Order: sequence, then structure tokens, then C-alpha cells
Amino acid sequence: MKRFFSAVSLFLALLIIVFSAAITTGCGSNGRTIKVYNWGDYIDKSVIKSFEKQYGINVVYDEFANNEEMYAKIKAGALDYDVLVPSDYMIKRMTNEDMLYKINFDNIPNYKYIDDRFKNLGYDPKNEYSVPYMWGTVGIVYNSTMVKEPVNSWKILWNPKYKKQILMLDSQRDSIGITLKMLGYSLNTKDQKQLEEAKQKLIEQKPLVLAYVGDQVKDQMIGNQAAMAVVWSGDAIYMMRENKDLKYVIPKEGSNIWFDSMVIPKTSKHTADAELFINYMCDTQIAYKNADYIGYSTPQTEAKKLLPKELTSDKTAYPDEGDVKNSEVFEDLADSLPLYDKIWTEIKSK
Amino acid sequence: MKKRNWIAYPHIVWMAIFVLVPVFIVLYYSIVSISDNGIQLTLKHFARVFEPLYLNVFIRSIELALISTAICLLLGYPAAMILASKNLSKRNMLIVLVIIPMWMNFLARTYAWMTLLERNGLIDTIVKAIGLPPLNIMYTDYAVVLGMVYNFLPFMILPIYSVLSKTNKSVIEAAEDLGATPMVTFKRIVFPLSLPGVMSGITMVFLPAVTTFVISELLGGGQYTLIGNLIQQQFTLTMDWGFGSALSIFLMILILISMGIMSKYEKENEGGGLW
Amino acid sequence: MVKSLSKKIYLYLIFFFLYAPILILIVFSFNGSKSRAHWTGFTLSWYGQLFHDQQILTSLYNTLIVAVISSLFATVIGTAAAIGISRMRKLPKAMIINVTYIPVLSPDIVTGISLMLLFVFLHIPLGFITMLMAHITFNLPFVILAVLPKLKQLNSQVFDAALDLGATPMYAYKKVILPEIMPGVITGFLLAFTLSIDDFVISFFTTGSGFSNLAITIYSMARRGIKPEINALLTLMFISILLLLLLVNYRMSKDTKNKA
Repeated sequence: MKRFFSAVSLFLALLIIVFSAAITTGCGSNGRTIKVYNWGDYIDKSVIKSFEKQYGINVVYDEFANNEEMYAKIKAGALDYDVLVPSDYMIKRMTNEDMLYKINFDNIPNYKYIDDRFKNLGYDPKNEYSVPYMWGTVGIVYNSTMVKEPVNSWKILWNPKYKKQILMLDSQRDSIGITLKMLGYSLNTKDQKQLEEAKQKLIEQKPLVLAYVGDQVKDQMIGNQAAMAVVWSGDAIYMMRENKDLKYVIPKEGSNIWFDSMVIPKTSKHTADAELFINYMCDTQIAYKNADYIGYSTPQTEAKKLLPKELTSDKTAYPDEGDVKNSEVFEDLADSLPLYDKIWTEIKSK
Repeated sequence: MKKRNWIAYPHIVWMAIFVLVPVFIVLYYSIVSISDNGIQLTLKHFARVFEPLYLNVFIRSIELALISTAICLLLGYPAAMILASKNLSKRNMLIVLVIIPMWMNFLARTYAWMTLLERNGLIDTIVKAIGLPPLNIMYTDYAVVLGMVYNFLPFMILPIYSVLSKTNKSVIEAAEDLGATPMVTFKRIVFPLSLPGVMSGITMVFLPAVTTFVISELLGGGQYTLIGNLIQQQFTLTMDWGFGSALSIFLMILILISMGIMSKYEKENEGGGLW
Repeated sequence: MVKSLSKKIYLYLIFFFLYAPILILIVFSFNGSKSRAHWTGFTLSWYGQLFHDQQILTSLYNTLIVAVISSLFATVIGTAAAIGISRMRKLPKAMIINVTYIPVLSPDIVTGISLMLLFVFLHIPLGFITMLMAHITFNLPFVILAVLPKLKQLNSQVFDAALDLGATPMYAYKKVILPEIMPGVITGFLLAFTLSIDDFVISFFTTGSGFSNLAITIYSMARRGIKPEINALLTLMFISILLLLLLVNYRMSKDTKNKA
């Protein structure tokens, strides 16, 4: 009994401490502050420190795990972030919904280092809203000890020889997308008939699939749990470093090429400081540090030159234009999203 | 005697603000359609809920949750009984030991289960070493049920333990003195007395088990959509908040009604509700 | 004799089941590779890196603060509420209990998003306070579910007898009811603490401004692979809890011996 009451008084004491701490930290930001919202573990943390030191701007840094969750929070008007790092199709959606500021590129001199291949893309056709941060592709990673034949087409994912050896992405957009690509359609299609065809293909494939996986695909492939998997190139680089038998291919039918880019949401109250931050991220040394830490492909041409040769010459990380000529960037599906969702649920309920 | 209900008021106020108001927000989303032409009342989201495709998802999720709850009860009840029979100082420590594993991050724990269950995983390696065929339960319903049982078992053990821990020992002794076999004592005395704890345990296991989605994604290999996944998808992928809200309201009504029916059938029901 | 032995074995098996993945976690905190897929040799480097990772340490601190405050708060309000509810008439009682169930039976994402919308509507900036309020909200039902069965067991005449003997209601609660329902209260507290310490979805939607808990940090990490630093952290957490528990237990058993 006494223990219970002492616990309660301890709790009250704690409450006071915490509240006073909360208040002091709340008032502590007398200088300039920007709030950045990025993917988890997606920056070299020392970069934030050096930015704070160089410009005297305090950075509040939060992380998210997927585009849509981030979007839901911003859309609700819950948070006043200054810089976000969404993916391509989400940037399109946010510009369509008037959620982003146009960036003043006069304040981003380092933008000149961004490879021209990555400018004027579908999600930001006039280069007004976004600055690319990282990019990559979607492809097949396979274990060369288990797959002896050449891998160059999505069709191999439908080969009964690899029954229960195939890992698909548990992501409706990606899995339906690559199936559309295999059938020779656009992965942004809204055409009912093409989608129906893709659905039948995926249902046909289901008995061959070991599992529909998300982030755990890396451990599965490294641990030789399956013969092949659909993965993002950034993950492929990591997997191949951990397991020498793994190889990565962008199938000839074309694939998805993706970007995570920096944008300034309309919730921002410090757009000039946000631009300062974005420019800083495009600085050669800084972009190099981030690319080196994260291991994904950087769109910054000078930073790429600083990276080890064996990485930049590897087509997994840096495919040239020929490798990705059939590939497309995701667009916002808007009203067709529920259709994709329904198809995915139907596949999953077979 | 004067009723002193006022001490429940803080809770009631809290629930009104942080549960009822949000429920109305969800309800609102479930019956409107928001488009460029403004906001209109609609029943289309609820109409979708009743499509066979989605009803099957409901049935499957409830089935899996029921199986997991039953296993939790079968495993947890004896454990709670043994814990309750220990002496006081030991008991408290053991009860904390039951719950500590759940303080380690859920994702990290589930990844650890994958290490145990997968092909060439620890369990199959041991099984093979003994000379038995590998179990291969990763990415099956068995793995999903196992994951649910693992994560919810303490929520079954603790409430049952708490009612058993002070069950009147003299009643049990009296029964034994009167010649009742241990089985009869259990059936007639111990179990009925512990029923409120059992009901609490079932509620705490079954309800979260219906809506869980990470377990089926990771251990089930995402082969089947459960209701938790479906609702999650509506909010974080499809952005179809209307349909997601309708699914969740339907689930809420379904469960509250079935619990209401259950409590009606409970015989000695003096106080109302489940208790 | 055989019976007590089989009881012991049963309990050991249950504990083995509960602790098997924890053992795996501990083992892999010493793994040289970042991936859990293979063992590349013994290392202590994750422990070293852990102490330099300000983000992980801060989120651990945040997690503990939120868990302790929210579960204590929920235990106090919830226990009081359970006492009040148990004395209500049938209809209001059933209604309140049903509303109390709602956070348990709605999917986390629905609770999280609807609470976020509520906070935005009320103009409460997302951060520590909102996350705390959200945690109290989903903790309360579990406290009530844990305490109510104990109250049903309680002989209500004892309370009336105490009043007849001249005890004030407050005194009677403290001396008569609370000791009787204590196992339920402790259970409720433990369950609330457990839920709070491990919640991701609701926390994610109700926080902001740099306030993040361990679950959010770990889930956000998942896309790029959960760092073994997390295993190291969980191992240290586990060992310190265990040591604390042994210490408390040792002192308690000494206390009871002294009294005897």
C-alpha cells in the first residue's frame, strides 16, 4: 500500500520535472529553427550538426517510414515542417493539392551539380517544386547459386521451376506495376482491361510466391531463403555487399525509376532557411557524405565522382540511360488508387 | 447506501473527449464523400463493406483471432493457476517476468521469431538434427497464430492470475474436505470464481488480435489480407479514408453487438455488462 | 510430488516460449554483420556505437517518460473509475464499459489518425503532451479491464461494514477496498506500461516537433534495415530490468523475513 502511494508521489514529482523541461526546451529556441521530415536513417547525422554550426540555424529533425503516413500528417495540418523528402508520385500528389511552395532556385546555386537526366521529370515537369536527394530503380535480385539461367525479364518470376523460391514486394503499386511492365503496358495505367490482365497474372503467380515481403526482404535474400526477389536498387547494393552470390538486374521490359526529393511544404514559415538547407544538401562534400552513409545513388554529379569507383561503375547503383530507357517514374494515381487496392485485396484473398 | 460514482467521472470525461469525439470523426468520414463538388452524404463506403470480398476478410480475421484466443486461454490458464499458488514474494517477481519480454520492441521480437522459424532457421535446424522432417511453418497460418499467441499470452495470464491470486482458499479447502475431487473443485468452484478474469483476458486478447496487421505481414508473408491490413491500407496507401472508416465502424458495431449478446447469455448476471 | 514437478516443468516451458526470441535478440547484438541473416563473428562494436547514437538514447528516454507517466496516470484514473463503474446501475454501466472498449477494438491506425485530427482541431501542437494524452487514452481500458474482475470478487458488505463502524469513505477505500483489489491494480499498471512502451502507430500520428519514441525510431529504420544497435540497446534494457527485479525481490524477501 505504502509502496503504491510512494509510486504516485514519485509520478507527480516526475510530472513536474518533465513539464518544466518541456517548457524550457519550448522557449529555448530563440534563434532560427527549421523542421525537417525525412525517411528513417536517411542522412548522415553529422551533416545536420555541421549545418547548424555553419548557419546558426537549429534543426528539428523527425523521421517517417512511408510516404502516405507522412502525407496524412501534413495534410491534416498537424505539423509545420519546412523541408520534406517525399518520393516522386507523392510530390505530384502534393503539388496537385497545392501543398508545396515553389522553390526559389536562385537560392539553390548547388542545383547546377544535379545531373540533367534528373531534371524536368514527370512529377515536376518544370522543375519548380523539388530537388532530387536520392534515386534508384526497381529490379530483380537473384541468387546466382540457385538461378543458373540468364535473368533479363520479369517473366522469370512466373517460372514454375522456382516455386516457393520467389519473394514479391508487399506493395500493391510495385507488384502490379512490374506485372504491367511485363505485359508491355505503362505502370501508371488506369485502364481497367490492362489492370484486369495484370490481376490474372498475379493470381496465376501466387502459388509460386514464397511470401509478399517488405523491409525484411534484405535479410531473407542475404540468408539464402529464396532464389529471387523484387527489390529497390538501394537495398540491392546492401544485399550484394553482404552476400556475394546475389546479382541485380533491371529487366529489359523496363521498370520503375524512383526519386526521393526535397520539397518545401506550405506549412513552412521559414522558406529562405529551408532553401539554405536544401542547397546545403546539394553541396558536393555533403552530398558525398550522405551518399556514402546511406549507400543509395546520389543525383549529385560531383559527389558521385568522390565515391569509390567500384560503386559508381556498378550498374546496380548507377545504371546508364540505356539500362533504364523503358523505365518510368510513378505518377499519382489519384482516383484509380481504390481500384489498385481492390485488385491487390482480390489477389491476396485467393 | 449512497452511491459514490463520482470517482468515475474523470474517466468518463476523458473517454468522452478522447474516445467518443474521435469515434464521431471516424463516423463522419464513413458517411460522406469528399470530392471537388463539396461534401455529400453517402452510403457507398458501407455498401462496399458488404461485398463478399471484404466480408471474407472479416471472417478470416475473426477466425484467426478466435483460434489464437483459445490457445492463449488453454496455455495461459494453467500458467496463471501455478503462478497464483506461489508464495507472495516469488509471485510478484514471476508475474513481472511474464510481462518483461513484451517490453522489448515488437518489431525486434518479431524479427527474432523469423530467425527461429524460417527455412534453415534455428527450429528447423534442431528438428532436422533429431532426424525429423523440417516443419517449414514460416509464412503459413501457423506462424501467424504463433505470433499472435506469443504477443498476447501475457494479456491472458495476468488478469486470470489476478483473480485467482486471492480466491478464497477456505472455500476450496471446504470443498476438498467435503470429498470433492480436485477436478470437481476446479469445475464447480475455482473456474466459476475466476470467470470475470477469464472474460477480461479474452477481451484483451481477442480484440487486439482481430485488428493486428504486422504479425500477418511479417510472419504470414502477407499472403492473405486480414481486416487490420485492409484498414491500414485504406489509410496509408489508398488514402480512402471513407472506406477505411466504414470498415472500422462496421467492425466496432459487429464486436460490440456480439459482446452484448454474450453478456446476455451469461446466467448469473446481477450487475449488467460483462460483469 | 510428481504433480509439483510437472507444474514446474510447465512453467519453465511457458517462460522458455516467452524468452526464446529475447535470447535471439541478445545473441544477435554481438553479431558482426548488420544483417540478422548470417553470423559473421563476435563484436562489441554495436554497444560502442549505441552510446554515440544520440537519437536512440533520446528516444529511449522519451519512451520511458511517456510510459511511466501515462501508465501511472491511467492506473489512478482507471482504478477510481472501475470502483465507480462497479457501483453503477445496469444501463449506465454497460454504456460506459462499451465506450471504454472502443480503443481496444479499433485498429491502432484509426485511433491514431482520429486522435491526430482531434488535436489539430483543438489547436494543440503535436508533441510530447499529445503523445502522452494518446497513451493515457489507450491505457485506460486495460487498467479497467484488469481491475473490474477484482471488484466483482469483492464482498461489498465489507465496505459497508467499515462505514457502519465509523470509517470515512476515503479511509474505507484505502484500508478495505484497495488492498483487496491490489493484484488487479498492479496487473493493470503493468499492462498499461507494456502497451505504452511498445506503441508505434498511435504514437506516430500524435507526435511531432522532434519528439520521437523508441518504436517510431525503430520502425522508421526498418526501410534501411534495423541496426543491431537496437539489439544492443534491448539487451542492456533487459539486463538492467532483470537486475532491478532481482534487487527488489531480494529486499522484499528480506523484509518479510525480518517481520516474521
